[in-house]
Amino acid sequence: MEVSSLTKSFGELVAVDHVSFQVKKGELFGFLGPNAAGKTTTIRILTGVIKPDEGTAAVFGYDILREGLRTKQLMGIVPEMANAYVDLSAWNNLMLVGELYGVHKNKRQEIASRLLKDFGLYERRNHLVRGFSKGMKQKLLLCMALINEPQILFLDEPTSGLDVESQRLIRDMIREFNKGGTTVFLTTHNMEEANQLCNRIAIINHGKIAAVDNPERLRLRSSGLQSIEVSFDKAVSVDDLSKVQGVNEAKKMGDKIRLYVDEPSVVIDHLVDFARSKRLKIISLNTLAPTLEDVFLKLVRES
Amino acid sequence: MENNLYWEQFKRCLAIVKKNIRIYYSKGPVIIFGLLVPFFLFLSFYIGRNMPAEALMPGLLGMTAFFTATSVGPAIVPWEARAKTLERLISSPISIWTIFLGDVFSSFLFGSLISTFPVIAGLFIGVEIVNPLILGLGIILGTFCFASFSILLSAYPPTDTPAGVMMLSSMIKFPLVFISGIFIPIEELPVWGKTVSSISPLTYFTDLARYSIQGSSYYPIELDLIVLTASAIILLVTAIKIHERTMQKRL
Repeated sequence: MEVSSLTKSFGELVAVDHVSFQVKKGELFGFLGPNAAGKTTTIRILTGVIKPDEGTAAVFGYDILREGLRTKQLMGIVPEMANAYVDLSAWNNLMLVGELYGVHKNKRQEIASRLLKDFGLYERRNHLVRGFSKGMKQKLLLCMALINEPQILFLDEPTSGLDVESQRLIRDMIREFNKGGTTVFLTTHNMEEANQLCNRIAIINHGKIAAVDNPERLRLRSSGLQSIEVSFDKAVSVDDLSKVQGVNEAKKMGDKIRLYVDEPSVVIDHLVDFARSKRLKIISLNTLAPTLEDVFLKLVRES
Repeated sequence: MENNLYWEQFKRCLAIVKKNIRIYYSKGPVIIFGLLVPFFLFLSFYIGRNMPAEALMPGLLGMTAFFTATSVGPAIVPWEARAKTLERLISSPISIWTIFLGDVFSSFLFGSLISTFPVIAGLFIGVEIVNPLILGLGIILGTFCFASFSILLSAYPPTDTPAGVMMLSSMIKFPLVFISGIFIPIEELPVWGKTVSSISPLTYFTDLARYSIQGSSYYPIELDLIVLTASAIILLVTAIKIHERTMQKRL
């Protein structure tokens, strides 16, 4: 997928501001950003739901504006705010989507059976979706997105609001499909999900892309985000700790305090001096590499 | 290649028709506004009046075709917007024409099916249909025209409240019924009434029904057929163009 200078405004609000990126074939690409960052607007443009004001996007070489039907034929989509038809059964929902994608009857029946079994919905295939839980509905939506064996899968917050077990199942399935060659474009505000799943991540905020890289390199790019996690035998003022030489920022995290530093080894010496001067005992001390959340928050603040 | 594309889109349009029949035919507002309201309206007007069945039939047929063909269409898009199924639909590889032709066909099928009931009832009680072919053609053109009108009713404002759309569409449909020669024959209307009546496609359908059953009409029958056809095309194109512009606001 090649996206160039994509722009979309709603009145005075610029929701997507000259966004450009590429997604390689077979890649699992993440679009990470806080709420109202422009993730859903971007995905809606790419899936042909809304038209951009400026810019171009091509999927497998087909322009999404000039060859919209052809590009949509290659896609499987799970929109963020989407439901299956609650007045239809799970099976009829799948048959409907299969027909809308032109999948032949025998093939869509075969694929539907397989997908429903993979997602543990086969026994409920003739039940109306109205009686399904949120997790079951989301699984069904994923089945509906896969009924046409898409070459590229667009998932807008696919695990949002689900219990841990359902989240894990869906992430495992996403990995499986990606391993099978399906390109995946995933939006999320869950750092851990992006970290676990994605080959590369684009961080977006206020409609602009702040960074595009793989999770590991994004972490390495962020200086000043290394940290030391320390706990003492007595309560300690965060303000006092933030004044220790070499400490950029101090934050209380439960019963521990996290100190953001440039050089952990130097700061540790100063911490020991600090503890001695206050007659404190250090209970635990860990040095931590920057998390993706740290990187994300830094980039978002900067943007 | 292009013929294949149109054929594919037509097949997908039929999938939408099937979906609409399964989901919307049995919805409360469709039964109420499509069947019960016109039935009781007709009953309240005609009970106690000493009129021959041949005189009642065209009006009854006009009301039946109009109300049933316009009961499904207005509610589909608002319902889908509220139920959050609309985005999934428009992100499928189907054109906006495919979606709305599917909605029109499902309204058309509902309208033409239910319109056969008064015809059958009339035949059962001895009403003679003088021009059955014209009547059949009229029902097809008329219900298609009204079905196109029904999706225009949901085009603006882009709401996700089906009840609101049904109320709004009733505000338009009821006056149309009263000016379209159903309760008062066109020839008995004052001049201003005839002028107003001439802008309603329902007038031409009722006139055509009267011709088919009683053998006489106010307008030339060719005019009835042309106006119904032209109205169907104009209403359909206008509705789809407005929906294209307002679709984004529904998401």
